[in-house]
Amino acid sequence: MGELLELTVAQAAERIRAGELGADEYFAAYRDVATGDPLNAYLWTAEEDGSGGDGELGGIPVAVKDIFCTEGVATTAGSRILEGYRPPYTATAVRRLREAGASVLGKTNMDEFAMGSSNENSGYGPVLNPWDRRRVPGGSSGGSAAAVAGGLAPCAIGTDTGGSIRQPAALCGIVGMKPTYGAVSRYGMIAFASSLDQCGPLTRDVTDAALLLRALQGRDPCDSTSVGIDGGIELPSREDLNGLRFGVPKELAGEAEGIEPGVRESFERTVALIEDLGGDVAETELPHATHGISAYYVIAPAEASANLARYDGVRFGLRSEGADLTETYERTRHDGFGPEVKRRIMLGTYALSSGYYEAYYGRAQRVRTKIAEDFANAFERFDFVVTPTSPTVAFELGARTDDPLAMYLSDYCTVPMPLAGIPAISIPSGLAEPDGGGPQLPVGFQIAGPAFSENGMLDAAHALERAIGFDASSPANGGGA
Amino acid sequence: MILTGSLAKPAADLESGAMIDREQVLHVAKLARLQLGEDEVERMAGELSGILEHVERISELGLDDVEPTSHVIELENVLRADEPRPSWPREKVLEQAPDSADDSFRVPSPQA
Repeated sequence: MGELLELTVAQAAERIRAGELGADEYFAAYRDVATGDPLNAYLWTAEEDGSGGDGELGGIPVAVKDIFCTEGVATTAGSRILEGYRPPYTATAVRRLREAGASVLGKTNMDEFAMGSSNENSGYGPVLNPWDRRRVPGGSSGGSAAAVAGGLAPCAIGTDTGGSIRQPAALCGIVGMKPTYGAVSRYGMIAFASSLDQCGPLTRDVTDAALLLRALQGRDPCDSTSVGIDGGIELPSREDLNGLRFGVPKELAGEAEGIEPGVRESFERTVALIEDLGGDVAETELPHATHGISAYYVIAPAEASANLARYDGVRFGLRSEGADLTETYERTRHDGFGPEVKRRIMLGTYALSSGYYEAYYGRAQRVRTKIAEDFANAFERFDFVVTPTSPTVAFELGARTDDPLAMYLSDYCTVPMPLAGIPAISIPSGLAEPDGGGPQLPVGFQIAGPAFSENGMLDAAHALERAIGFDASSPANGGGA
Repeated sequence: MILTGSLAKPAADLESGAMIDREQVLHVAKLARLQLGEDEVERMAGELSGILEHVERISELGLDDVEPTSHVIELENVLRADEPRPSWPREKVLEQAPDSADDSFRVPSPQA
């Protein structure tokens, strides 16, 4: 049984197709561990294999972040305001996985409405990091990351707005990919910041990420911003990096403050590996990337304050009745939203209010243009830019909860990419000791590329992953790198 | 939306540091239809001020000639055929409502 749970998605799917492994047996093995979930990674688990079928993902159970609507199955987005909500429809991303033969194993815990970098903002308790249960798994897709890293799911999907797939993947020692904006439909994905939100895979290796993205991507008439990836996704096969040029932006790597020594060391070791594999590496600059956090924490809350206006106690979810309709709105939102969501609604409403709109939102949108231009300039000289995914390894529960700004700075290396709409992948690059000592924890290495460069990026990540040799099958195995 | 009082001060004042006070917190909360407890108002004033202080670093940048970006992927007029199609059944949608009556959502009176 233990061995069953160590198979990658590609390996398990192959055995199921060959008739060497029963889809029922495989699903039941995962259902048992997911039901016993010691990490608070799941908010709901499936009783039985409901939908698995033929296809490339035939018989593969998938953990689905609880931000994706699933018809008839509770969907909370980690918020008490949606407790008991059963959507009347299913998100396109989930439907596409099912059409490829996968089935939903469970719905995973997350920061409320995807707002957070530690999973401590969930209305249903924090998720624990499988490498060290006193530490956070990252966020907001922390449940999805912890489930995959902790052997409670073979793969998962999440959403990334400012780093919410890549940062938890890094902190849990797995692969996480944010595709180009528009690659995957957002239909049925509960909206946080609509111009940034994108769905992507969290998996044990790069090949599995490609398998999931292959099923997920595509144009969807229900999301007019979805365009899919031209020609679809090829499975990665590259074993060298000959002829590829990698830029190291000094603002997000060399000169960046707050990067832990252990993370820096792992990053530099991985950059050396790129050269060993035949890649060219040189320093580059993204002059406006240092303003990414500022632009992001105006744009995302502004869009969120509009998107979250729908939670008013009228059509679904919680209602706290007041004396009149306005008071009912105000009390419902007081009772239903947690502190971080309230903070962002306030921040966004303030930034959009009359007299402040141009000073905050207008300026942030102009910074966004500059950040996108910086990347475009870098991609004239380089195929990819590489950075640490997170400035630190997983931090202790409670370490940043009293300081919202310190928490926001966890996203320093991941927010510029969604602001520019470009894809990025985080792969584990090894282990490092946290600042202040303690057992070694996973470090993530981020590769970002131009819009719709997913195939080349997956290929490069695949070659690098092989050279790093990180064993992500289980934290219990110690990582192996 | 017309704002009065301290919120309506011109944006040029931002460089001097837009500290958010209690009155502003209450005003924004009203705009957001969000009731805040006494402790939340105090905490929010401090936290929002801290975040905005960081955010205001972007005012150092010369951005006058820069076009704003609201959408990152180039798309133009994504239209579908204007054909009627069935929507979700009314009862299925109303099932999720906290309160419903006569095939409709029921809410408290706008004016009690």
